[in-house]
Amino acid sequence: MSLKIKQDHSRFKQIVRGKIKQNLKKYIQKGEMVGKKGKDLVTIPLPTIDIPHFKFGAKQQGGVGQGPGDIGQQLGPGQPGDGTGQAGEGEGQHTLEVDVGLEDLAEILGEELQLPRIEPKGKEKIVSTKIRYTGVNTTGSESLRHFKRTYKQALRRQIATGTYNPANPVIIPVKQDKRYRTWKETPLPETNAVIIYMMDVSGSMGDEQKEIVRIESFWIDTWLRHNYKGLETRYVIHDAVAREVDRETFFHTRESGGTMISSAYKLCKEILDADYDSSSWNIYPMHFSDGDNWSADDTRLCIDLLKNHIMPASNLFCYGQVESPYGSGQFIKDLRESMGDSEKMALSEIADKEGIYTSIKDFLGKGK
Amino acid sequence: MASTLPPRLQALKEEIEGYARDYGLDFFETIFEVLTYDEVNMVAAYGGFPNRYPHWRFGMEYEQLSKGYEYGVSKIYEMVINNDPCYAYLLEANAEVDQKIVMAHVFGHCDFFKNNFMFAHTNRKMMDVMANHATRVRRWIDKLGVEPIEDFIDRCLSLENLIDRNAPYIKRHASREEQFKQPEVTGFKVEREYMRGFVNPKEFIEEQRKKRDDEMQRAKKFPEHPQRDVLLFLLENAPLEQWEADILGIVRDEAYYFAPQGQTKIMNEGWASYWHSKIMTTRALTDAEVIDYADHHSGTLGGGGQSLNPYKLGIELYRHIEDRWNKGRFGKEYEECDDMRERLSWDRKLGLGREKIFEVRRHYNDVTFIDEFLTPEFCKDQELFVFGYNDKRQAYEIIDREFKKIKEKLLHQLTNFGQPNIEVVDGNFENRSELLLGHKYEGIDLKMDDARDTLVNMASLWRRPVNLVTKVEGKGMMMRFDGKEHSEKKVDL
Repeated sequence: MSLKIKQDHSRFKQIVRGKIKQNLKKYIQKGEMVGKKGKDLVTIPLPTIDIPHFKFGAKQQGGVGQGPGDIGQQLGPGQPGDGTGQAGEGEGQHTLEVDVGLEDLAEILGEELQLPRIEPKGKEKIVSTKIRYTGVNTTGSESLRHFKRTYKQALRRQIATGTYNPANPVIIPVKQDKRYRTWKETPLPETNAVIIYMMDVSGSMGDEQKEIVRIESFWIDTWLRHNYKGLETRYVIHDAVAREVDRETFFHTRESGGTMISSAYKLCKEILDADYDSSSWNIYPMHFSDGDNWSADDTRLCIDLLKNHIMPASNLFCYGQVESPYGSGQFIKDLRESMGDSEKMALSEIADKEGIYTSIKDFLGKGK
Repeated sequence: MASTLPPRLQALKEEIEGYARDYGLDFFETIFEVLTYDEVNMVAAYGGFPNRYPHWRFGMEYEQLSKGYEYGVSKIYEMVINNDPCYAYLLEANAEVDQKIVMAHVFGHCDFFKNNFMFAHTNRKMMDVMANHATRVRRWIDKLGVEPIEDFIDRCLSLENLIDRNAPYIKRHASREEQFKQPEVTGFKVEREYMRGFVNPKEFIEEQRKKRDDEMQRAKKFPEHPQRDVLLFLLENAPLEQWEADILGIVRDEAYYFAPQGQTKIMNEGWASYWHSKIMTTRALTDAEVIDYADHHSGTLGGGGQSLNPYKLGIELYRHIEDRWNKGRFGKEYEECDDMRERLSWDRKLGLGREKIFEVRRHYNDVTFIDEFLTPEFCKDQELFVFGYNDKRQAYEIIDREFKKIKEKLLHQLTNFGQPNIEVVDGNFENRSELLLGHKYEGIDLKMDDARDTLVNMASLWRRPVNLVTKVEGKGMMMRFDGKEHSEKKVDL
């Protein structure tokens, strides 16, 4: 039996995709996807895909239940929903949890924000194709015959036509039983990319600010992963000194004390020198801070590092300035003044969570 | 799907079917199909049918069922279609004891479908009908494209609960034109022309004309009486294209087909559970299967915490009835006995229980079943209660354990399938071809955002503004969608 439902299923998925696109801004702000990320999938709640009906509002309704308990005892969550059959209660409060592939999500993001395709730099534009055996077909070459499926099919036919004899279980496939593997060619750009996330973790960067960085980095990761075959990520935190950490630590460290941005840039340069040859890597340093730096001298040092070492090696250097009640927000002004017109630099000020949406576009809209 | 049952299952089927017939169950021929879990999910998504018209919501249903199965939170054990022959499905991966339970359960359903009065008017060739519906919809899609058809189906489905569940035998009315044909007023027959003025004086003719005009005026209000079958009203009176009428008709037919199942959920599941338990425990179960059976059975009948399980409520109520009729705990003498000790030990050894429950399964639906047989003793035994929403706590809580309240609430929940009563009041509202719907308010407000969206869909079929009179927090309100925007105003009711 062929599964007729596949068609309806894929139509449903298409509708879901449309819904996600429609609500993308909301999802980005709320960071809903970030929290529910699996390996290749994100699970997101879709509230409004139901077909509307005239029905009762939930609250006044109540119902009849069964079990012990005194009057006034609170019922556990969700219980009224399974009342008598389809007595109508609770319906419509269901949210639908759908899984979306990160690949799909990246495409949706690209379409919605109208992001240009990234042109990987360097000579590494060779595209290799990878053959994937993804399906089964009724025609094909003998060398690709799917043994198990063929015999399964034959068995099924024999049982269906009543010619199968369990006492003498001989199964002979005929032509119509034969199944073959089919493949699809997927072009794969032979390019690697690395993102080096840097973040100021001094006292003035609060939880809200870090949440913003976390959400943005999720989308940047998703987009770059969609564009490059291999994507590596490195994490650097700094206050007055910088150190490399893992992802977990990156988002959960809070230090106090001063801020020397140059320390991060220095470490970034060291990482690049050691591991990422700029002729074969696409490099994306991303720095987030609230814009406070220790001194004008240090800022000059930063600019020097960027100009002479980091930016020449990178596809794009991104600086995101997250507004905080304590920061002066000076640093972005200095960057803008000294090299804001550079094609290789993307600057973005993020006032709050609502600003994330446009900020992603600031960073990724250059197509670098 | 033309697979024969493997020999082992075939033997089981014959065995169980024999037990069922011995107990007096009476059903159409029942065909079992063995499906993989993926196929089960598909068939379940299609409401039990192997073939339905294409629509995304089946895909959504399928996604949810597949996920439920993968995560291990739900598994479909049994599915059966009301059709002649009955079709039922077995999950390939189930253990043998499960297959036995499912078969016994299925024969209970099949007996119910064949004998319960609510199903008497359902189409027993629904498999074919559904397949025909699918073909018709596909044909429209080929002709007009997926999007308009799908959009239109969405809108029809939004209205699918607006049928008259109590009248599955509705006949079409005379067309609107015929209703409005004006008979000429000629007065009495006159044989001699010079007598005309005397036989039919001018004033008399005028009076007759006026009377006719009044009647016409009244008839112009259509429907003459509020009409519960809103879908039929739309079919007959909305300016639909041919393909739209065809699709709306399909949605309506299917809604009527499924309606009795919703109205007999407790009875039907209770009946099937009663019989699977009877057949298994008295005849079919081997010693080795007892534990697995008990596990499965308790899974079916257990409640999730304090929620009401229709399987459980149904089976217990049948057992309660059987017990009462076996012991003669009914009739005037028993009702009037107020000696509690005597009542508790009352046993006239009548042995009428089995006969009674067969009678009950024929003549009742969930509403009448509860209305007639729910007793205070039963409510107490089963620990039933009423729950309600506590605004302060923002949660549901137990609010009552009194018999009358429980019964009232349960009946209300079941009446009209737990759906609000909405009917067409006027198809020419304010003489502007607008549609006026009325909500027969029973103390519970409509879900407003849904109601607004549904009005939009209604208006797109009616192609003129649509109005709905309802109540919000006890006050009359007229909701209106004029094709572009919503408005609401207070009205006196």
